[in-house]
Amino acid sequence: MIPASFDYKRAGSAEEAISLLGEYGDDAKLLAGGHSLVPLMKYRLAAPAVIIDIGKVADLSYINDGGDHIAIGALTRHRDIEISELVNSQIPLLAAATRNVGDPQVRHRGTIGGSVAHGDPASDTPSAMLALRATFVATGPNGSREIASDDFFSGFLETALADDELLTEIRINKVPDAKFSFQKFNRRAQDWAIVGASILVNGADTGVGLVNMDSKPIRSAAVEAAVASGATAADAAEQAAEGVEPPADLNASVEYRQHLARVLTRRGLLESGVS
Amino acid sequence: MNVNGGAQSHDVEPRTLLVHYIRENCGLTGTNVGCDSSSCGACTIHVNGEAVKSCTMLAVQTEGDEITTIEGLADGETLHPMQQAFHECHALQCGYCTPGMVMAAVSLLDEQPNANEAEVREGLEGNLCRCTGYHNIVKAVLSLSGGDK
Ligand SMILES: Cc1cc2nc3c(=O)[nH]c(=O)nc-3n(C[C@H](O)[C@H](O)[C@H](O)COP(=O)(O)OP(=O)(O)OC[C@H]3O[C@@H](n4cnc5c(N)ncnc54)[C@H](O)[C@@H]3O)c2cc1C
Ligand code: FES
Ligand code: FES
Repeated sequence: MIPASFDYKRAGSAEEAISLLGEYGDDAKLLAGGHSLVPLMKYRLAAPAVIIDIGKVADLSYINDGGDHIAIGALTRHRDIEISELVNSQIPLLAAATRNVGDPQVRHRGTIGGSVAHGDPASDTPSAMLALRATFVATGPNGSREIASDDFFSGFLETALADDELLTEIRINKVPDAKFSFQKFNRRAQDWAIVGASILVNGADTGVGLVNMDSKPIRSAAVEAAVASGATAADAAEQAAEGVEPPADLNASVEYRQHLARVLTRRGLLESGVS
Repeated sequence: MNVNGGAQSHDVEPRTLLVHYIRENCGLTGTNVGCDSSSCGACTIHVNGEAVKSCTMLAVQTEGDEITTIEGLADGETLHPMQQAFHECHALQCGYCTPGMVMAAVSLLDEQPNANEAEVREGLEGNLCRCTGYHNIVKAVLSLSGGDK
């Protein structure tokens, strides 16, 4: 399968990428690791007229200690996050979610920024971002702005990024003592999740992010509130499918996904020390 | 780009997939296409020393990079230790998955030189083999790992 023809531009820096986005507007798509976009282009589900390759913008690939938070460059590959000492010690939930992305070959190429900016409800890492209350930095022609993870995912493959904005950095507060769990249910080893759950319990604060339970990555405020009010893991997890509309597909019906969300949330809460 | 230690330079359409570039422009047909949808791992090669699926990359993305394919592993007539281990452990039958499997296995042990059986099985999750049942493949990789067998 071969993608439709397109013009190829390589951006040498974030600034160059932003100015190319300004120039080509709607016709252009950014290419990071290409592990979501290239398959879509091969199936001709996407046929952008212009590709702006940011894959070689090396100064957007980093994991830094920002004092109270960890700052991760958007072009950082999954593999680098998975093995990062800082991520494993300060925000281990993200390392756990990242280890579940595809297979080693996919993790060598795919980037954290691509995972987030794609806005795919089936992706593993956005659920961890939501549970960890990450902040996203978007950079456009007029400078940078911060977007809270709760405001970022707006619909199926849609985010709060404007057409001329680049996701440049992800900031996550350090939670070295938090208990956490990443739960993923799939049929074969390297598959996408049928349903997944990111759970973080940091003292009195609980974060619950769900994979594939809506048209976008979502956080379960109902489960979080139940844990805060002292509910058991089993009772709190009963809320996991309340008010959400998961997709039905060849792998699972709506009811089956709702069941999985309750089971995985309960397991994750138990693993995170909620009794 | 540099392929197996030699410079390769060809003008290609931006939409050319890396695996097609390797097979058709470079003439290196050891790298196979299995599923053409990033599932089977038959097209696995190394870009800057790391295993990747070349059916899911554009050739233009690797301009200036170091590429290694199965043809670049052996040292003249001497097989790479991983190729030798596959040979000795009978880790292939039809051989279709083998180039990708060997490239993935070399990358795996580069990153985890002491991988145990569970880690080898997990590390090769991106590569499918329809013949061997994986047993002898895992045995071959473990024979080169420094970890518990
Ligand atoms: C076989 C296979 C299995 C996979 N399995 C899983 C899995 O189990 N779980 C999982 O979570 N993911 C999985 N993935 C997806 C993988 O995680 C991708 O790496 C990721 O979704 C996208 O990252 P990328 O860098 O490849 O993005 P790309 O494909 O390059 O880009 C994706 C989208 O994001 C946009 N974009 C990229 N970077 C930026 C940026 N900095 N700013 C603004 N927009 C940007 C692009 O324009 C594009 O629309 C799998 C992929 C493959 C091929
Ligand atoms: S041909 Fe590339 S993964 Fe199957
Ligand atoms: S030996 Fe035939 S597919 Fe692996």
